Amino acid sequence: MGLLLLVLFPAGAAAVAYFVRSARLRLGLLVGTALLHLASTARLWADPVGPELGGWLAVDALGLLVLTLVSVLFLVVAVYAVGFLRTEPPRGGRVFVSGLLGFLAAATLVAVSHHLALLWVGMETTTLSLAPLIYHRHDRRSLEAVWKYLLLSSVGIALALFGTFFLAAAQTSGRPLLLEDLIAGGARLQPALLRTAFTFLLVGYGTKMGLAPLHAWKPDTYGEAPSLVAGLMAGGLTSCAFLGVARITQVTMAAGQAAFVQPLFLAFGMVSLVVAAAFMIGQPDLKRLLAYSSVEHMGLLVLGLGLGGVGPYGTVLHLVNNGLTKGVMFLAVGNVVLVTGAATREAARGILRRLPVSGVLLLLGLFAVTGSPPFGLFLSEFIILKAAIAQGHLMIALTVVALLAVIFVGMGAVVLDVIYSPSEVPTRGAGESLLLVAGPAVLLLAVLVLGLYVPPPLNRVLLAAARGLGVTP
Amino acid sequence: MSGLHELLLLCVVLTNFWVLGTTRLSSTIRATAIQGALLAGLPIALHPGWSLHTVGLAAGTFAVKALLLPAFLSWAIREAAVRREIEPLIGFSASMVLGAVAVALSFGIAQRIPLQESNSSLLIPVALATVMVGLLVLTTRNKALTQVVGYLLLENGIYVFGLSQAERVPFLVELGVLLDIFVGIFIMGIVVFHINRAFDSLDSTRLSELKD
Repeated sequence: MGLLLLVLFPAGAAAVAYFVRSARLRLGLLVGTALLHLASTARLWADPVGPELGGWLAVDALGLLVLTLVSVLFLVVAVYAVGFLRTEPPRGGRVFVSGLLGFLAAATLVAVSHHLALLWVGMETTTLSLAPLIYHRHDRRSLEAVWKYLLLSSVGIALALFGTFFLAAAQTSGRPLLLEDLIAGGARLQPALLRTAFTFLLVGYGTKMGLAPLHAWKPDTYGEAPSLVAGLMAGGLTSCAFLGVARITQVTMAAGQAAFVQPLFLAFGMVSLVVAAAFMIGQPDLKRLLAYSSVEHMGLLVLGLGLGGVGPYGTVLHLVNNGLTKGVMFLAVGNVVLVTGAATREAARGILRRLPVSGVLLLLGLFAVTGSPPFGLFLSEFIILKAAIAQGHLMIALTVVALLAVIFVGMGAVVLDVIYSPSEVPTRGAGESLLLVAGPAVLLLAVLVLGLYVPPPLNRVLLAAARGLGVTP
Repeated sequence: MSGLHELLLLCVVLTNFWVLGTTRLSSTIRATAIQGALLAGLPIALHPGWSLHTVGLAAGTFAVKALLLPAFLSWAIREAAVRREIEPLIGFSASMVLGAVAVALSFGIAQRIPLQESNSSLLIPVALATVMVGLLVLTTRNKALTQVVGYLLLENGIYVFGLSQAERVPFLVELGVLLDIFVGIFIMGIVVFHINRAFDSLDSTRLSELKD
């Protein structure tokens, strides 16, 4: 399937889903689109297609990585949504499915667009398509969450547009704002304008990633959005935002501006880790806990970029691991919410007895998300630490280890408490069906496999993706 | 035509001050509508000679920023009992002074930006000033609706800056940007409407339940 079609068919499905009256048909459309999307993405691994629309759409290693991550996560979320919407009142079914499919189309556009202004259009669309889904419960708390999300993300993304125009102004040769030409003509970009562009784009897309101190919307949004939407955001939306940051990094690295870029990444990375650690200790709400965990992992991603050496390789591997693990955690917590009505510690206590499969997923997911062996995040965090030591940033390496230990204890205390304490809140609803646990279990298995063995085709793509993000020798 | 775009840009600055100084929400919306119409005139004034790009951009901007969005925002506040901005974080006269400081700063900064070609010496300063005033309104006003207007000013400033790069940004992409901004503000307007119903107020300071 061509790239343009890969963007357009989920968009078409989103439009159709809004007008389909039968809920069964609508959910069939959702899962069918997700399956077809994943199959087409898998085909791109086997035989890559060339650039389309005069180079505006193309697939490179980094884009393919994000596209695949989003596609896998989306299929899992789509299957979960079938189980989720069965237990929820019918309200919002049409908007819900439409919004999800719209997100898939927009995220695909972000992953395959090599025109940086087109990438901006896709990014803004991902933001907007999920906004109605955050307001799914239609109460005051979710209203506050969607307001903060919309306002902060929109301002962030407006600054990214500002940065994109600065980048256009910095360019003196080649087709305007086309990634390949920007990289090839890197040496001829005007340095002052390029640095301004980078700063605005980092702040803009960094807001969408949720790097501290630009993360204010994140805990509220993840806390109030339905768990599957929060999972899609923490695994998919943030990965798209990271891709925006990675694109401008490719350009600035090609222009030989590493000395300007790397300290900024290190600062954002360290601040994110510190903020995450501080707010995770004693956090009473599981979804907010996961939101701060997301801040932590976004910090690690930019830290890897800032370190150089093998850091970028660690970053792209961590991107994949983090995306998959966030899916496991949010969907497991989502099952807790379905039977107790809340994600607080009090509500979730005794979960292992009430929801054995979700309880085990949550327990194993805890070890995965905190970077314990043998899960994939251990490997990628280890590579990032190795980069820190190899590049002579010993203080950073030690601080990161200390902060990761604090996060492990803080997160472990909360999750182990809810898993092993006796239950206090009565259970409602049907419990866990196969639809609600199969997806997260598959994701967890994938994270486990990635910790033990990175398949050679994936490794080739990871290496190719990391190449443009480091200093080219 | 060379004088026309300078005149339009000066009027854009005046509408910024209008937004900063007014207390009535309906008057704020009218100011943004007029600013939208001024912005729609800019591409034609800057690039004389009728091309699909400039005329299409002008028409799209006029439709979205001068007609649709103001009409929609007026609908969103029609039900609200409170029609005035009360007790902003920074008073009205103080924010006018800050707006003037922003304009002065913008001229200073614009001289340091090494742009290769510029159609008008006023374009970059006015763009920067509008961005700053937008951020000022966003951060110091309490009404959710006024914050939406602040966001719109921010986007308008970026649009003016983008006009200096108009040859490099394809028409299709500009339409995409315009559409995204329209949908974004449309959704914000719906949220404002719901805030008004849920809290009996457009005051975004009431939105303070979620915290750590």
